Amino acid sequence: MDIKVRVWRQSDSNDRGRMVAYDVKDISPDASFLEMIDVLNEKLILDGDDPIAFDHDCREGICGACSMVINGVAHGPEKATTTCQLHMRHFSDGDVIDVEPWRAAAFPVIKDLVVDRTAFDKIIQAGGYISAPTGTAPDAHAAPVPKKDADAAFEAATCIGCGACVAACPNGSSMLFTAAKITHLGLVPQGQPERDSRVVDMLQAQDDAGFGGCTNMGECAEVCPKGIPLSLIGRLNSDYRKAIAKS
Amino acid sequence: MTETDFWIEGEPVVDKAAPDGPIETRWERRKFAAKLVNPANRRKLTVIVVGTGLAGGSAAATLAEQGYRVKSYCYQDSPRRAHSIAAQGGINAAKNYRNDGDSVYRLFYDTVKGGDFRARESNVYRLAQESVNIIDQAVAQGVPFAREYGGLLDNRSFGGTQVSRTFYARGQTGQQLLLGAYQALERQIGLGNVEMNARHEMLELIIVDGKARGIVVRDMVTGEITTELADAVVLASGGYGNVFFLSTNAKGCNVTASWRAHRKGALFANPCYTQIHPTCIPESGSHQSKLTLMSESLRNDGRVWVPKAQKDTRRAADIPEDERDYYLERIYPSFGNLVPRDIASRAAKNVCDEGRGVGPGGLGVYLDFADAISRLGRKAVEAKYGNLFEMYQRITGEDPYETPMRIYPAVHYTMGGLWVDYDLQSTIPGLFVVGEANFSDHGANRLGASALMQGLADGYFVLPNTINNYLAAGPFPKVTEADEAVAEARKQVEDRIEKFLSIDGDRTVDSFHRELGHIMWEYCGMERTEEGLTKAIGLIRALKEEFWARVKVPGKGEELNQNLEKAGRVADFIELGELMCIDALHRRESCGGHFRAESQTPDGEAMRHDDEFGYAAAWEYFGADGRPTLHKEDLVFEYVHPSTRSYK
Amino acid sequence: MAVDTPIPKTKNAAGATATPTPRKVVRPSSITLKIIMAVSGILLVLFLYVHMVGNLKIFLGDVEFDHYAHFLRSLGTPVLPEMWYLWAQRIALTVAVVAHIYTAAVLTVRAKKARPVKYAHRPKIQGSYAARTMRWGGVIVFLFIIYHILDLTTGTVNPNGDPEHPYANVVADFAPERWYVTLFYVLAIVAVGFHLWHGIFSAARTLGQQTEKGQKRAKTAALLLSAVLVVGYLSVPVAVLAGLVD
Ligand SMILES: Cc1cc2nc3c(=O)[nH]c(=O)nc-3n(C[C@H](O)[C@H](O)[C@H](O)COP(=O)(O)OP(=O)(O)OC[C@H]3O[C@@H](n4cnc5c(N)ncnc54)[C@H](O)[C@@H]3O)c2cc1C
Ligand code: HEM
Ligand code: HEM
Ligand code: SF4
Ligand code: F3S
Ligand code: FES
Repeated sequence: MDIKVRVWRQSDSNDRGRMVAYDVKDISPDASFLEMIDVLNEKLILDGDDPIAFDHDCREGICGACSMVINGVAHGPEKATTTCQLHMRHFSDGDVIDVEPWRAAAFPVIKDLVVDRTAFDKIIQAGGYISAPTGTAPDAHAAPVPKKDADAAFEAATCIGCGACVAACPNGSSMLFTAAKITHLGLVPQGQPERDSRVVDMLQAQDDAGFGGCTNMGECAEVCPKGIPLSLIGRLNSDYRKAIAKS
Repeated sequence: MTETDFWIEGEPVVDKAAPDGPIETRWERRKFAAKLVNPANRRKLTVIVVGTGLAGGSAAATLAEQGYRVKSYCYQDSPRRAHSIAAQGGINAAKNYRNDGDSVYRLFYDTVKGGDFRARESNVYRLAQESVNIIDQAVAQGVPFAREYGGLLDNRSFGGTQVSRTFYARGQTGQQLLLGAYQALERQIGLGNVEMNARHEMLELIIVDGKARGIVVRDMVTGEITTELADAVVLASGGYGNVFFLSTNAKGCNVTASWRAHRKGALFANPCYTQIHPTCIPESGSHQSKLTLMSESLRNDGRVWVPKAQKDTRRAADIPEDERDYYLERIYPSFGNLVPRDIASRAAKNVCDEGRGVGPGGLGVYLDFADAISRLGRKAVEAKYGNLFEMYQRITGEDPYETPMRIYPAVHYTMGGLWVDYDLQSTIPGLFVVGEANFSDHGANRLGASALMQGLADGYFVLPNTINNYLAAGPFPKVTEADEAVAEARKQVEDRIEKFLSIDGDRTVDSFHRELGHIMWEYCGMERTEEGLTKAIGLIRALKEEFWARVKVPGKGEELNQNLEKAGRVADFIELGELMCIDALHRRESCGGHFRAESQTPDGEAMRHDDEFGYAAAWEYFGADGRPTLHKEDLVFEYVHPSTRSYK
Repeated sequence: MAVDTPIPKTKNAAGATATPTPRKVVRPSSITLKIIMAVSGILLVLFLYVHMVGNLKIFLGDVEFDHYAHFLRSLGTPVLPEMWYLWAQRIALTVAVVAHIYTAAVLTVRAKKARPVKYAHRPKIQGSYAARTMRWGGVIVFLFIIYHILDLTTGTVNPNGDPEHPYANVVADFAPERWYVTLFYVLAIVAVGFHLWHGIFSAARTLGQQTEKGQKRAKTAALLLSAVLVVGYLSVPVAVLAGLVD
């Protein structure tokens, strides 16, 4: 199939950037979206143009590196699918497809479609862990975890840190990401001692990093490739309120 | 000692750190004998850790907890994205929570045997011992392993073992374990004990006075080249399966860190041992950039078949039962579809080579669930494999409930790596290697769910104990940027980048990588022959020449330049490819992931030659005449006696 | 409340060695702001319900309705001075409205800062439309309230404008020839409905609603509560217009 892509090109963080249109001819419907860009890049290189820079690694939907807003939707039109797992068969011959980077002050563009997501690491640094220095652990069976909680903790823990939630949120808020971690760690017994400080510190880090506040718009959960449920934000809010009330 | 056209044999290599005596207490005794570092001195010692996967992430966090100053590097934008994140199946541990007869000794036994008697007994025993601590550690960090209704951890059996010792978190075990290590690492970053350098690629090792003292890195955003100095360097840079271009590894996986160390004197052991996984989604066309693994568990209920006739283009549903060849069930009646990975892979290649493959290019075999669906009902199949079926459908656009899945083998894991002693130290003092990047524990074949175990054992428990012994002699004399060796290493990197950018040829980096991959897959893949390997060496040498004459790397060095990054990786892969072929050529036996067509039983089974090849092959970088030197490490089996496996 | 974690010197992915500047001013956290907004919003919703019930008395005739207005003014007398309740309510409402609008404004400013560059391809709304119209909807409601107070409390812009006879004021307001006023009321009431459709759910979430089932319930409750308000409020101008109340 033949398509046209309009891609955000920006040579570095100081460049203003612009959308540039490219024709992609004869692309297989079985190619993934990233493979389509690979093919385009091969052509650009041989034509003496600058290939499009984009983040990717696993191409299996698990590392969270790939990050493109496709036709205004983070990770493109397929529900619960990362960009690397999106295939061209979901587009039609002759389509014009707009491709842009995540847009958020906390995720500055580095080049083309590549953004800096260090802010997510900062949020985790602030408290997204359980302090368990190596070698201090009791036997794994010392604290049984009800299956229901373990399963729910797992669901929340599947967040891949891609940042699509931020890209989609009209407020540029990372609430879903933070809520997923709060929920994961808050549901296991090992996570209880730090539960209060964790939520306060992580939220502080989130605000400091320049993410907007959440007003429960719900766009984030719509694009989340891992289906992290919106309700987890309520859990974060509740944990936060209780933590503040105690302090 | 022999000398051939392709290699020279040198002195044997000996593991001096290995303790002897009863195997059960070797690790204890080694830990006791190792020198300790006074906590006050630890602050004065800096350790560089390259890589933030299970091995590197856990090592960096643990070393920082112990009080060392740690500098950590990864090429991704965040340590959380290391390739370990993709591991699906699970992690082994000899917890014996099932009371099904498992023990440290049994895990040790299974791993040595699984490695086809090409691994060190001491290392494997230690691995089995530490396996139990890993699970405790991970649970303490909040890793959400699958649990039973009683709240206790669930186990599954995995990869042909008779006990249930695999701990898992749905199909995302690697992700959950890595996030545990990542979070521990971020905690240390937050406390100021680790300096994290994401999007920084190691391009050279710095050796001063014979000791590893630092690395040269390129800031992948600005292109700035810096020298980073330390008292010891730990490589945790993962495996090199991407030498095949198409593999299940992440796109960025590379051999550069290891290869640079190898060029500077670290021996590279058993490079030809690669693991090929039988159940991957086949290629769909020339755009294919990587292959996706489907869990092996599918073989529990799926039946593998191809048409009996060659070039049969009918739809699967139109091929009547008696025109189908359920070849695994036919050839291996007792194990059937559950034969080990290498056997299943080779059998698939054989039927495709006969022209009976299905799907695009005839590179695929059916994995059919029709029987399972009619036997168990669609609901039950959905409950068991629903997410895998979904993944398959997303990638191929075909519905596996309706038409059988197509699968094909793909490169998955590399058992070879930098040679290390029992302390995980390479032949360069001060250079330690952990995780998939080293060669130590899996022999010629890795069992399922053992790589995660090894990466975490190395990072959490082994290295943090053994590195003390080396660092106790520090702090070492101060090194500065001005030191000759440092400046020279830096210049090597700058010159190389300069060279890449100046060739300005007419072929892209990817085109070379693809071509290398084809050569490797064809001649150094599932089945290797003397003739093929010799041919491959010639092809690779020609490719190398062409690469350095015709590659086109667009852009500048001082910017984010993904093609420049790739060029460096591919240049190293080409050299590695040659060494892999030489290693495969020299090993005139079949063992584990290495199958030499010349060495098989009359009915096509792998045939080892323990008397001749019962050693690990540690290679020294190509000498002046272009030939690498082989150093053999003799393998002694005191506990598990080599036997021949049979799956008929 | 906020615990400062030590900020290490790290290189960020953009390569700059950033020694993050410590926070200068302690800003209220985004959730604190939201809690204030939710609590004030709920107070306003409560008022709207009470007010609606009062308004519905119009169907009982002028005496009842005017009596009710007087009742409000004389509540608590003679122990307390005349009008005390009304003023207390007015103060509470003013505080709530100010807090509500202030927090909304701060969050809006932060949101704008958090997304300085817009998407070239206009993002498709996948969540709820009500959620996306909160800010403009709120402003419309606010403007309406100002007009409404000038209209029916002070009587300034009311054709009748007799504070002693609110019934007559209301009837005069929605006279057929003043259709534009009626239309404005209708639009404002619909805007209130929309605002609360998302607002009530949002407040529940902000205050900690966190289960999937609860989310469905909260959404249904929000829809019902705001629909009842809209119908209740609309019934008055409709009735006047239809001549049921005169
Ligand atoms: C699809 C798949 C499924 C698997 N499933 C299982 C399983 O179920 N069970 C199991 O036990 N094993 C499994 N494995 C194998 C296992 O995942 C890996 O062997 C293991 O995760 C390797 O971990 P590591 O820490 O050694 O390296 P990696 O996780 O590969 O990490 C490498 C790190 O090094 C960094 N790096 C590399 N080169 C450089 C450089 N030049 N400069 C700077 N940084 C660099 C990278 O950024 C990264 O952080 C699977 C593998 C694959 C591909
Ligand atoms: C058509 C429907 C409405 C009618 C008939 C109506 C009627 C009235 C009347 C008669 C008063 C004066 C009461 C008094 O002074 O005793 C009043 C006051 C008020 N109304 Fe309404 N109203 C309507 C809708 C609304 C709406 C939708 C809002 C808010 C969004 C609102 C907010 C107020 C406020 C804030 C006051 C002032 C209260 C005070 O002075 O303490 N009204 N309304
Ligand atoms: C009678 C008047 C009003 C009522 C009853 C009301 C009610 C509410 C409620 C209950 C919420 C939900 C709080 C939460 O998110 O947790 C809310 C949110 C909000 N309100 Fe109001 N509000 C009123 C007036 C206004 C006005 C005048 C403005 C604007 C200037 C406004 C702007 C907002 C905004 C921006 C939000 C946040 C959006 C969101 O939560 O999604 N509101 N309001
Ligand atoms: S919550 Fe979802 S969208 Fe957000 S980072 Fe995690 S996986 Fe990505
Ligand atoms: S879209 Fe944004 S406003 Fe909240 S619910 Fe999601 S973070
Ligand atoms: S590339 Fe890893 S999630 Fe897309």
